[in-house]
Amino acid sequence: MTPEGQALVEAAAGLRGESLWRAALGRFSANRAAMAGVLLLVAITAFAFVAPLLSPHDMEANDWERIQIAPTTEQSHWFGTDANGRDLFVRVAAGARVSLAIGLITTLVSVVIGVLYGAIAGYAGGRTDQVMMRIVDVLYALPLFFAIIILVTVFGRNIFLVFLAIGAVEWLTIARIVRGQTLAAKQTEYVEAARSLGAPASRVVLRHIVPNVVGPVIVFSTLLVPTVILVESFLSFLGLGVQEPQTSWGLLISQGTASLDSAPWLLVIPAAFLAATMFAFNFIGDGLRDALDPRDES
Amino acid sequence: MSTSPAVLSVRDLTVRFATRRGPVDAVRGVSFEVAAGRSLGIVGESGSGKSQTCFAIMGLLPGNARVGGSVRLDGEELVGVARGRLDVLRGSRMGIVFQDPMTALTPHRSVGSQLCEVVMRHAGVDRVEARRRALEIMERVRITDPERRFDMYPFELSGGMRQRIVIASALVLRPALLIADEPTTALDVTVQAEVLRTFRAVVEHTGTSLVLVTHDLGVVAGTCDEVAVMYAGRIVERADAATLFRAPAHPYTRALLDCRPRLDDAPAARLRSIEGQPPSPALDLPGCAFAPRCALAETRCRVERPALEPLGTGAGTRLAACHRPVPP
Amino acid sequence: MTEPLLDVRSLTVHFPVRGRGGAVLRAVDDVSFSVGAGETLGVVGESGCGKSTLARALLGLVPVTAGSIRFAGRDYARADERSLQPLRRAVRMVFQDPLASLNPRFTVRQCVREPLDVFEPGLAARERDRQAVAMLERVGLGTAFAERYPHELSGGQNQRVSIARALVAGPRLVICDEAVSALDVSIQAQILNLLADIQRDTGIALLFISHDLSVVRHVSRHLLVLYLGRTMERGVARSVFAHPRHPYTRSLIDAVPVPDPAIERARAAAPALVGELPSPLAPPSGCVFRTRCPRASQLCGITPPPLVPAGDGAFACHHPLEDVDR
Repeated sequence: MTPEGQALVEAAAGLRGESLWRAALGRFSANRAAMAGVLLLVAITAFAFVAPLLSPHDMEANDWERIQIAPTTEQSHWFGTDANGRDLFVRVAAGARVSLAIGLITTLVSVVIGVLYGAIAGYAGGRTDQVMMRIVDVLYALPLFFAIIILVTVFGRNIFLVFLAIGAVEWLTIARIVRGQTLAAKQTEYVEAARSLGAPASRVVLRHIVPNVVGPVIVFSTLLVPTVILVESFLSFLGLGVQEPQTSWGLLISQGTASLDSAPWLLVIPAAFLAATMFAFNFIGDGLRDALDPRDES
Repeated sequence: MSTSPAVLSVRDLTVRFATRRGPVDAVRGVSFEVAAGRSLGIVGESGSGKSQTCFAIMGLLPGNARVGGSVRLDGEELVGVARGRLDVLRGSRMGIVFQDPMTALTPHRSVGSQLCEVVMRHAGVDRVEARRRALEIMERVRITDPERRFDMYPFELSGGMRQRIVIASALVLRPALLIADEPTTALDVTVQAEVLRTFRAVVEHTGTSLVLVTHDLGVVAGTCDEVAVMYAGRIVERADAATLFRAPAHPYTRALLDCRPRLDDAPAARLRSIEGQPPSPALDLPGCAFAPRCALAETRCRVERPALEPLGTGAGTRLAACHRPVPP
Repeated sequence: MTEPLLDVRSLTVHFPVRGRGGAVLRAVDDVSFSVGAGETLGVVGESGCGKSTLARALLGLVPVTAGSIRFAGRDYARADERSLQPLRRAVRMVFQDPLASLNPRFTVRQCVREPLDVFEPGLAARERDRQAVAMLERVGLGTAFAERYPHELSGGQNQRVSIARALVAGPRLVICDEAVSALDVSIQAQILNLLADIQRDTGIALLFISHDLSVVRHVSRHLLVLYLGRTMERGVARSVFAHPRHPYTRSLIDAVPVPDPAIERARAAAPALVGELPSPLAPPSGCVFRTRCPRASQLCGITPPPLVPAGDGAFACHHPLEDVDR
């Protein structure tokens, strides 16, 4: 907005309305479980970045004198060490960075592609819609893990392939959600009003449709982040994901299972972090759903 | 007023909603009675509390509502009664008709089987008897060719036909009271006329009492014996229909009648309008709620709330809550 | 005689129906009318009579199957998106549902400003804001509402916003599609008076679509009665209401509830319109109204009645009601 426009806005100071987004934010911050989820997530993220600064250890350094020791304050091995004598505290933090990054980036890419694709298909309608959605159906039918295994066999193990493979599948669901919502939004009078102006399709889609259909997508994507983290963990567990010396929660858990009897903390600690993250996202997702869809308010 | 005992008796009914922004009083002390075989129209604009009054009687308010006062159906108190008892009463003693007939019917079952189910569940009769009663009631609500319609599905019927099926299912257990909330608002005028005739016929022939809630004074004119006009959660005027339409006492009733263009008037260049908006239900004005929009208001109207009282002498059934009623 | 502002000739809009082997929905069928500058045409009929499709066709929102839409001397019936632009600027619409017709994520100012954003992108944003707020003042809302959101306003206030949006780019014809139907009675009068004031001040023409005959009679100079997409009757509103020639017009008038118990009770004895609207996918043969018409004869089932001129108007009926003027 121009400064002049801003001045005009301020002329009506005190009479500013509350936008739907702001109202939703108000409801969200009043939701204790959701705010606990946010706090937990902030804490885990902070841990991921601050932990390496606190610990004297390097995630790749082997402490050959202390192999597979239980959590202890001795030598600052707070989470103990693994079978190669590497410090678990910094490795969990490193795994957190990789897992969260995969979760967030993949989700973000899926959302952008899915929203635009779904909105365009839904708004265009007719044959364009048919073709676009059949493409989605075909991609849906491809088994995810099969596709990933092929990709990995052809191109070798690579973290970006993991991004790509998961993202390639997850945007499909978002596109379907958004297309359905767009079909409904297209029937509304405010979209018809904009169309009757002869407004360009890009304006109608971006200004009128997308802001009004992203609510369910936001909720879905909050629940998508943990799904993606879980898929990555599963791939790493199978040995198809992140490669040593890099690590992720999935890989740590996979390695921890091998020594479940002798060193349970190698499984328990990364698994606890993963579980806590799942909880946090699910609480946030629930909170967002209630905040964005205020059915019970009269 | 009729001397026969009241089928429905409402005393000091209040409805308060707890919302995120504090309490909202939708109904602020409403009292009325409906005698057997009589019909009452409750008229008001949105926010007048007419629908909340209706929902309070039916016991169908959402969880954040608190109901005060008393609602008696055939002498039985309904406020604070257990949910299970209300469910029984709603089927057998109180028939309900909503605005949208499509949502009141199950889409995947024939209308006849839906009627029969109500009869069999509540009256404990067999299938043959249930079918007989269903067909009888379909005829009563003026459905032509009931045998054929019996096996049709809701989507195969037109809007007016569906609404008559809903009325039939509300009546099939011969309730003492029929409550209809905006029953013709979703219908075309021609269809509305026919549905209103149905209501009239039902009251005349079955002896059921009727409470009809609507925003349209025209709708109650030919359908109801008595009319209550609501504004901001209170009844501002109550009178028998002929009196109310001939000589409205409350300035609000008067303004409502004046601001509506009529087919039988000489067209005027401008409509008389009521300026401003109804007050927010979250506020409680000290005086008359209509005073800020009333052309006749004086200082007293703004500080002292008028009570709903009989007007003049010998006026019989007329009640108005106004310090400065319109002279007849 | 000068050419009217809007002249619609034999407008026909058919929609193909999917999965019905080439069946078509005749939403609007051979409808003709005209609206002069500064005049008001009322369009009445039951739901499904094609009145909303008619409005959408005039705005270029649905494709026209046949006929012409001449506006200010130019035919727009088969214009493409680009050449429709002058029509879209000159013809604006006020929708039925005041809340649903405003984008819930926009402030009131953004809603009103949008036509200027589209039609006057060269104008400085400040100027567009200024004009939008000025128009809000004109419709009685004022600056206090500019930064608020539609969900915070009442139905009547939102309808004022919608009217401001329709007027902001200086139209010559405003289509009101059931524009007061969703409003409370006391608010309806405010909005109708506002429209009358604006029409008097700016000389815009109105196409007033409504199922509410009392309102249409109040605002309209001319009247068009539609049934299943066909013209039943048209003419000067005053005389059509006083002496309808088509039985359908008569039935519509008789069905309007009058706030007078005596009249209503008296009417109860008269026969109401029997039955209901037939499916527009399978309209009756001959005259489409014959299945509900008290005067229908065998002829009505065979030959569709032609639209015959009568006085200032026309009607389509084999057995018209008496012409009391002669």
